[in-house]
Amino acid sequence: MPHNPETTMTEPRGPKPSKSFSRRNIIIYGLLLLAVFYYILPLYVMIVTSLKGMPEIRLGNVFAPPVDITFEPWVKAWGSACTGLACDGLQPGFINSVKILIPSVVISIAIASVNGYALANWRFKGSEVFFTILLFGAFIPYQVMLYPIVILLRELGLFASLGGIVLVHTIFGMPILTLLFRNYFASVPEELFKAARVDGAGFWGIFLKIMLPMSLPIFVVALILQTTGIWNDFLLGVIYAGTKNFPMTVQLNNIVNSTQGVKEYNVNMAATMLTGIVPLVVYFISGKLFVRGIAAGAVKG
Amino acid sequence: MAQSQRPSSLFRNLSAKIAAIPMILTALVIFVGCTVWTVVYSFTKSRMLPKEDFVGLMQYERLWATKRWLVSVENIAIYGICSLILSLVIGFVLAALLDQKIRFENTFRTIFLYPYALSFIVTGLVWQWILNPTFGIQKVVRGWGFEDFTFDWLANTDYVIYAVLIAGLWQGTGLVMALMLAGLRGIDEDIWKASRVDGIPSWKTYLFIVIPMMRPVFVTTLVIIAAGIVKVYDLILAQTSGGPGIASEVPAKYVYDYMFRAGNLGQGFAASTMMLVTVLIILIPWVILEYGGKKNAS
Repeated sequence: MPHNPETTMTEPRGPKPSKSFSRRNIIIYGLLLLAVFYYILPLYVMIVTSLKGMPEIRLGNVFAPPVDITFEPWVKAWGSACTGLACDGLQPGFINSVKILIPSVVISIAIASVNGYALANWRFKGSEVFFTILLFGAFIPYQVMLYPIVILLRELGLFASLGGIVLVHTIFGMPILTLLFRNYFASVPEELFKAARVDGAGFWGIFLKIMLPMSLPIFVVALILQTTGIWNDFLLGVIYAGTKNFPMTVQLNNIVNSTQGVKEYNVNMAATMLTGIVPLVVYFISGKLFVRGIAAGAVKG
Repeated sequence: MAQSQRPSSLFRNLSAKIAAIPMILTALVIFVGCTVWTVVYSFTKSRMLPKEDFVGLMQYERLWATKRWLVSVENIAIYGICSLILSLVIGFVLAALLDQKIRFENTFRTIFLYPYALSFIVTGLVWQWILNPTFGIQKVVRGWGFEDFTFDWLANTDYVIYAVLIAGLWQGTGLVMALMLAGLRGIDEDIWKASRVDGIPSWKTYLFIVIPMMRPVFVTTLVIIAAGIVKVYDLILAQTSGGPGIASEVPAKYVYDYMFRAGNLGQGFAASTMMLVTVLIILIPWVILEYGGKKNAS
């Protein structure tokens, strides 16, 4: 640890040190700034590169700010970059990703919230056993289940379709979401639940009239978790969505790593930025809720 | 809850059972059913299509005799060990630094965590560009006058996996930092007061008191990182496509390529079963450690 042994006052929750330029502070802020450099650098390079022309990229260095700012690469990345199959840019991928995202998020959250509620407040014989299996499932590598799911989807007539990929996202989102909702509903005071029971409310009545109105925060957390998770998915999209429904990540990879033609690094970086914008916006808007979401998902397991 | 004591008849609590149907189906059909199916078919001679043509351990013998698989296993071992250690160290150090009552804590935390919101594809492609031997860091440093400077890990078969590691750490350490920070905030403040009264330097307090107290957080984080490492696929695909040659192949990519490209299902099943076994080796001791004791106690 980067501490000066002489400063025995060092502790995380003490009063703010009076000398703001103490050796200890210089070390702390120095290390933090070094880390900031590592984390910021790629974002900076992405933006800078996407605003340069190709000649400038060949001659200049990756860190230099653009001399002639051009938005040409962004336009091309969005509308006319080639994937090896077609030259429509990322636009179809974006639309596909939205088409996959919205139903997947809505359905997975709807199912998992009701399910978590049942597990927290209406336990039945065996419910915990199934829940334990579900949680274990979260750790099984997808690779083990990939092929049998292909067979199942084919039997259902959903393979390589929008419905298929939505179903797969709903399935793989279930462990974490159910855990999230179960833990949240379990923390609701039992008196509230009992009072509603005495008043004659049933399973759905209590869920819709009591649980839902007071659980907006956890729904937002689930929304953040699912939106970033599904938007960023590659493996499931490439296998189950089918060529015409390829999500944005798959199309991005096809554009950048296509072996045909001259590599246009500025277009590639613009495309990469475009794909990253949605989760970044979600992240920056949601702030602390994002942290809460991943922490709830991760630690309570 | 009181409900658990009710006499169990199939139709009692019916709504809850209906609500749990998707979970029950997912647990039984997907997580148990599909996993068992793959393990069973890994003992068959399946090629383009699954066949019930059992051949014992033939697929596994072939797997462990394949150079590409051995390279994949070696890579994931190097990547895994380095990633585990460095994630924990970097994550903990960053969390400890942020826990010093510093200014702009929220800004720092936002910056460290944002890569975690990005996909592995985006991560891989950005670092592919930064580490590009022709245009990336190597060229910049040479431009400063260090003509002999070489940093061509992406083109170097011995170092390419470490180039992937740089990208993987960039994406994932923010999460570890967030988990560790939550753990640090959970430490009783009296501990710090007591150690200060005793005149113990804070690095010693961290090392011998705080870290041992945070054992559950460390163990959970370790399991989360480890389970993620086994699945590494997108990152490799985007950053190196497994190259140069087969130098940065990983097991997950082996599975995908054999199942969906080479039309050799048997090899894909055997390789994915090996991945499952690895996860179980990590998971089972953790479950016994964390939950086995608790159940006995209660």
